[in-house]
Amino acid sequence: MSLISTLARLEAVESGRAQPLTTVRHRHLSERPLVFVPLTTAGEAGAPLGALVGSDRAAPTLLVVPQPRDRDLRFTFLADLAEAVLPYLDAYADDVEPAERSETDPETGKKTKVEAELCADAPQLIVPGRAGIDFVRLLGRSMRFRRTAEQDPDAPYPAPPRVPLLGRWFTHYAERARTPGAALLLAATDLLNRHWASGQSSLEDQHLGALLAWIDPPEGESGAEAALRAELARGADGQLLCPPAGPATDPAFDNRLLAPAVERYDRARQALQTAEDGLAADERLVQLTIAEREIRRLLAAQLMPTWTAVWRALDLLRELPEGERAAARWTSDRWSFTGHRDRIAAGEPPQPRRDDAVTAATKLLRRERAQAELEAGEALDDPLVMAGRRLAGEAFAGEVVEVTPAWTESKRPSPRPLVTLRTDDAPHLAEGTKVYRTLDGKPQKAEFVTYEPEGALVLRILDKMGRAKDPAPGSVPDKGDRICWTLFEHEQRGAPKLPDPEATPWTHGGPPGSGTAEQPDPLTPEDLL
Amino acid sequence: MTAFDPGAAAAGATDAILADTLHGVSRGVVVDSPPGAGKSTLVVRAALELAAAGRPLMVVAQTNSQVDDLVVRLAEKAPDLPVGRLHSNDSDPYDKALDDLDNVRKSSKAGDLAGLDVVISTAAKWAHVKSTDTGGPWRHAIVDEAYQMRSDALLAVAGLFERALFVGDPGQLDPFAIADAEQWAGLSYDPSASAVSTLLAHNPELPQHRLPVSWRLPASAAPLVSDAFYPFTPFRSGTDHGDRRLAFGVASDGSAPDRALDEAAESGWALLELPARHTPRTDPEAVRAVARVVRRLLDRGGAATSERSPEPVPLTAARIAVGTAHRDQAAAVRAALAELGVTGVAVDTANRLQGREFDVTVVLHPLSGRPDATAFHLETGRLCVLASRHRHACIVVCRAGVTDLLDDHPSTEPVQLGVTVKFPDGWEANHAVLSHLAEHRVVWQP
Repeated sequence: MSLISTLARLEAVESGRAQPLTTVRHRHLSERPLVFVPLTTAGEAGAPLGALVGSDRAAPTLLVVPQPRDRDLRFTFLADLAEAVLPYLDAYADDVEPAERSETDPETGKKTKVEAELCADAPQLIVPGRAGIDFVRLLGRSMRFRRTAEQDPDAPYPAPPRVPLLGRWFTHYAERARTPGAALLLAATDLLNRHWASGQSSLEDQHLGALLAWIDPPEGESGAEAALRAELARGADGQLLCPPAGPATDPAFDNRLLAPAVERYDRARQALQTAEDGLAADERLVQLTIAEREIRRLLAAQLMPTWTAVWRALDLLRELPEGERAAARWTSDRWSFTGHRDRIAAGEPPQPRRDDAVTAATKLLRRERAQAELEAGEALDDPLVMAGRRLAGEAFAGEVVEVTPAWTESKRPSPRPLVTLRTDDAPHLAEGTKVYRTLDGKPQKAEFVTYEPEGALVLRILDKMGRAKDPAPGSVPDKGDRICWTLFEHEQRGAPKLPDPEATPWTHGGPPGSGTAEQPDPLTPEDLL
Repeated sequence: MTAFDPGAAAAGATDAILADTLHGVSRGVVVDSPPGAGKSTLVVRAALELAAAGRPLMVVAQTNSQVDDLVVRLAEKAPDLPVGRLHSNDSDPYDKALDDLDNVRKSSKAGDLAGLDVVISTAAKWAHVKSTDTGGPWRHAIVDEAYQMRSDALLAVAGLFERALFVGDPGQLDPFAIADAEQWAGLSYDPSASAVSTLLAHNPELPQHRLPVSWRLPASAAPLVSDAFYPFTPFRSGTDHGDRRLAFGVASDGSAPDRALDEAAESGWALLELPARHTPRTDPEAVRAVARVVRRLLDRGGAATSERSPEPVPLTAARIAVGTAHRDQAAAVRAALAELGVTGVAVDTANRLQGREFDVTVVLHPLSGRPDATAFHLETGRLCVLASRHRHACIVVCRAGVTDLLDDHPSTEPVQLGVTVKFPDGWEANHAVLSHLAEHRVVWQP
């Protein structure tokens, strides 16, 4: 944790209110996001219990699995989920704009611009917390390899038609969420934690209710009290007033309310199956419907507070203006969405269970690049974030007190003016350290030369001054200018070209599939997931 | 029983490595080298022998300074050997000293260097080279500091060569990623793992050698470093007790820093212990204590006697280093040294001190003053680097209570399936070092 965020947390404790960490919003928020609040069954990984989903805060769709251990009911749930989510995704697929993409020509190896389609906007999924992102990933994995009756008439347990497709989209969204700064799938707690510092631990910050209590406490109450209430307060029935944001449920809810309700449902179903005549069956069907409705009521009561909280979080975040570079990052997200849309349209198979060596390395390099770009971009967009970097010695702001023209010693001298700055910051500079500033939206590079006796520091400007002997107008700072320099680069260099997967070298096991193929589980051969 | 002859043991190991490299049938040879065991010497010698055998080779190092250092060493040994230094397009891409070497050609394009006996560059630069630029893959490569190279960096360059000698120190800091790589943990080709672990996971039959003798570490340090960090691949010191001596021209003034210096001169180790306290990372008292120790080291006119020269050599600022865990700590120490008028002492983090050698090191313990023991601060490699840079003595400055801290914070990292457990873990290694340092403790109430 950086010094400035520690300070913000201390101030939050003292004032009883979360403190802002930013002055702008560093993630793009869609006009019409799809909020997804899932619940899972205790003790059974990947067994959904219910969900609220929708892009209209006033009209969420409630989906429920009345007996989570029944796989048919689970499939019904997933089919309903696909019907709720896929039309939302599809709505963005056809609205495209022309764009350019650089591609490497396989023969010449040169990069060329090709015309391409880019979706004008992309669908955005919001879940309450980080565990929700993991759950989306898990659902994606459990669905994308399923075969429908249409794909494989011999499949013993065919999946409903659109379920595998939803699995592929969920997998894509969950994988994209691992890219720093990406906004296709976001967790409300992550968004809030990026923009505010609460007075509790970062573990407690994963509780959406408690976090909102710090950021936006009720009138006349401190954030700490409200957060404690959100975490612990229970009603007369012993149930939490602010249920956990899921996907895990509160054990007291499971034991006292859910388990008896599911048991009533099971009994009603059994009774229906053993009904001897039509009249009795009708009667028992009514009982079953009542039992199912009771479970729906219970789950809705658990889910609604979280649903409201997620939208409340979005309201708070929307009050911040969007950072300049968040829009550029969103364009990458749109490319990501468009790319996956194209892969599905082209009939490519679902994402493999595991990345091969080249894919894994490519992803890591891209993510590291995204991380560095995100850190630089947030600081450049936001003086408060930059203040944190300055406090950490990674940037400094100062006033220009002197500019001395100077040139390189060569036949055609290029300008290398010396700029003397006075700063109160304490950057970690050594001779020759490169520093950067923004000049007309582009980074200009300089190097640190020396400290002057009275503490001012001298920089030598290195580029962006044109080709002439004298620097282009405006490219060199003037006396009295106040400039912020960073020790980190603003843009990232091009990544190296990795081999094609088919050309994976011997050090990394050769091309994928050339070694021994992975065997299915010997006891349960269907377990290839 | 015959006495251990370090020279013979080291020569035997080197011969076996060169035999496998020059005449072996495997595509790769892996050499583990403890600190100061002559890794660079081995790389230079292997390069020369391969070149002499008419087999041009490429050399992959990790940083530009390592590359420049290798070029200079090669030119020292074989001034007539045509060497290529492939460099980046940045300004000042290589050490200016290379301009004075007649047989070293420098270029930022691999094609310009094709045909030279040895071409050296960083892994990052090689990653941008295409095999076709240089007329097909090299028959041989040497990968230096292979344990500090990431698996994905090896993936980017492995297509450039047919066979390779991988040399490195498994005890130093592992490579790291700034983005989360957890999803690939346990895969044999985890891109964030070290190049050697991927290489050996896919090619377990490759011959593995190790260098058995540390020429840098004194007899007082080799057993501790070997036991604490290399328990299964022990090594010895190339020198014996009494071969090296550190003496001061000015007598002790009785202060704690001076007593710590005397203890270190006597035994090779000293622990200057400050009172227990939780502090910010740049603990002002500890930083001042480090600076004070360095100041006294210089003021007391240290002189180092070693096997390198018959006469004592004055201990100058250039022969002293200060090691820290974090960059802000290093910056704070630099500022404190400047206040005391000390210049020319290398002050840096463990990451940047890797591969370097000094007579005396002063270390700010990574766990000093901390309320918690995170994976970063416990990392075995960090402590190993800090405790193995010196030829004569190492003085550790630390707050009391680190052993309790270690016991209060057992490692809680999630266990990943398929990941080889590194042993010893940081917890174990820290205890081993601290229990040894406790015997050389000097308590100070500043």
